[in-house]
Amino acid sequence: MLLKIEKRAEYSKSMVYLTPIIALVLTVLTSIVLFESLGVNPIEALYQFFIAPLDTQYEFSELFVKATPLILCAIGLSVGFRANVWNIGAEGQLTMGAIVGSSLFIYFPETDSVFLLPAMIIMGALGGAAWAAIPAFFKTRFNANEILTSLMLVYVALLLLSLLIHGPWRDPAGFNFPESQTFSESADMPILISGTRMHFGTLLALFAVFGAWIMMARTLIGFQIKVIGEAPRAGGYAGFSQKKIIWFTLLFAGALSGIAGLSEVSGPIDQVVPSISPGYGFTAIIVAFLGRLHPVGIFFAGLLMALTYLGGETAQINLGLPVAVTGVFQGMVLFFLLACDVLVHYRFRLNIARKATS
Amino acid sequence: MTRKQLSGLVSAVALAGGLLMGGTAAAEDKIGFIYVGPIGDHGWTYRHELGRQAVQNEFGDKVKTTYVESVKESSSEPVIRQMAADGYKLIYTTSFGFMNPTLKVAKQFPDVKFEHATGYKRADNVSTYSSRFYEGRYVVGKIAGKMTKSNVIGYIGSFPIPEVVRGINAMTLAARSVNPDVTVKVAWVNTWYDPGKEGDAAKALIDQGADIILQHTDSPAPLQVAENRGVWAVGQASDMTKFAPKAQLTAIIDNWDGYYVARTKAVLDGSWKSEDTWGGLKSGMVELAPYNDAIPADVVALAEETRKGIEAGTIMPFAGPITKQDGSVGAKEGESLDDGVLLGMNWYVEGVEGQLPK
Repeated sequence: MLLKIEKRAEYSKSMVYLTPIIALVLTVLTSIVLFESLGVNPIEALYQFFIAPLDTQYEFSELFVKATPLILCAIGLSVGFRANVWNIGAEGQLTMGAIVGSSLFIYFPETDSVFLLPAMIIMGALGGAAWAAIPAFFKTRFNANEILTSLMLVYVALLLLSLLIHGPWRDPAGFNFPESQTFSESADMPILISGTRMHFGTLLALFAVFGAWIMMARTLIGFQIKVIGEAPRAGGYAGFSQKKIIWFTLLFAGALSGIAGLSEVSGPIDQVVPSISPGYGFTAIIVAFLGRLHPVGIFFAGLLMALTYLGGETAQINLGLPVAVTGVFQGMVLFFLLACDVLVHYRFRLNIARKATS
Repeated sequence: MTRKQLSGLVSAVALAGGLLMGGTAAAEDKIGFIYVGPIGDHGWTYRHELGRQAVQNEFGDKVKTTYVESVKESSSEPVIRQMAADGYKLIYTTSFGFMNPTLKVAKQFPDVKFEHATGYKRADNVSTYSSRFYEGRYVVGKIAGKMTKSNVIGYIGSFPIPEVVRGINAMTLAARSVNPDVTVKVAWVNTWYDPGKEGDAAKALIDQGADIILQHTDSPAPLQVAENRGVWAVGQASDMTKFAPKAQLTAIIDNWDGYYVARTKAVLDGSWKSEDTWGGLKSGMVELAPYNDAIPADVVALAEETRKGIEAGTIMPFAGPITKQDGSVGAKEGESLDDGVLLGMNWYVEGVEGQLPK
């Protein structure tokens, strides 16, 4: 090999936080080429993607509606990622949270209590956490790879939802169509700004951001998570239990994803439907890394990812760009981010001088 | 670049975008289409897209049609709302899952007209329309009953909703009317469009002895499998013969062109009223693709006779006596199931194997 990749002895700390911005700039530059080749004026396309979706108060509020589940899931995932616990099943935990949380309304639709929604949120968190407990158990007991178990459980959760919504959870007055009845007022997330769809779940997401920030920066468990993640053996010598951290991070992520799912069904969707999330649990993985696994970074990364969804729709309506552009856009952000990360931590070296000696 | 320069650039971009936006606004009436799949699915969405093109061709400069493809049902509300807020006159939402979002947006925009496909909820500014696809399946059933050698017909179902169950039953009744030994095996794939899953389902059905594959999913993958394995198949939603020139017996084609042109015209001339349309072979909403040359002349004659009989109203696909799968009476001799029963159909007729998922 003429080129050799080697680890940098020291890497720039500030670059780690700059890479998301560099990745974004590179994405925008590349997309100019993309738009040009699609025969669309790049300035207009970028305007449609990043500025037009924020034109009005309503559209601005939609940004938070979209970002809420992304931020909730990503916060939960990031804590695990810091401890090298690779839970990629947030989508399934989100789905289980929606199922368990909304079961209260489905089985007691007449309930008219102010405690209904809080109980649903708690049940949602428990449902998501219970689903994440399965990979935690298999990891700690049998050392089963949590990447596989958490991912496979996504499909189990989606099929369970499908089973319920094509069966016992159907709206009795709905001609057997696979939808539950629409939620009653007391099961609905309160709207924060009237005339928009921005709901109480957004406050929960903000609360999660601050809570996770404090937890990671100021508490013992946060310290343990960081130590176990960066130097598991040092953590072991310090008496930190790796099993405890695995359990904690998975349950934490499961609970937050569960709340995300519940706040979708009792927020913008307002009923249980066969597909609750357009992949928020998976996009949250990009959000977590784009946000550098830091709660505040995740907050902004969540808004940015939400913007690409909205911008993709606006660009479709106003410019006739295909929906695939949104996916290409999101993919490019992640690609450039990872590429920049590699270059921050590694460097390329020409491998000529060594040849003689080897 | 200083912050001031940067903000100057941003506002310049915004301004340029704004000017371009202003330039595209014109006097023509805007008509929107919201699709659940990609326009290249060669099935359901593709046929709606042809309908859109028919509207554009018919009215030329008078209308500007726009579509948004691959819209997730659970997050469709903001897309529909954005079109309504942008001053669209008429919006077609072309999947069942868009029902409640369409009604929510319609409530906020009483001056915008909406057309929702395959739903059952209407409002003063929301019409519904669907197709009696089962009439086409009844004709296909006659052909399938005659053409099968193994007496096993495979049927790929998307979701166990009444529309799909109706098609299975209509096909089974017709096939058994010409060949009482026929049994029908159903494979549910829980998706409208997933070429991989649909193809696998086709393989599984063929392995279980099916020599004719029908489908109520949107991709041509099952036909390609049938072509490779040397069995018959029936195209869905559009003529799929180019994917399976030898295997395709015929195809059940959705044709929305006439309906879309008529409803758009009604909006343009102010005569539009909210109504429910359920058209079949007679109205031209359902068509059959040219029959495969390999079908014997007497079978073609039988199929044509059936088609004409349904168009003339002399043949009712759900005329009694009908025996349900469990042996109970579905319809008595001399009675024909009415639309109310058909709309909520959640039982199999005799001859279908397996249990209907509930």
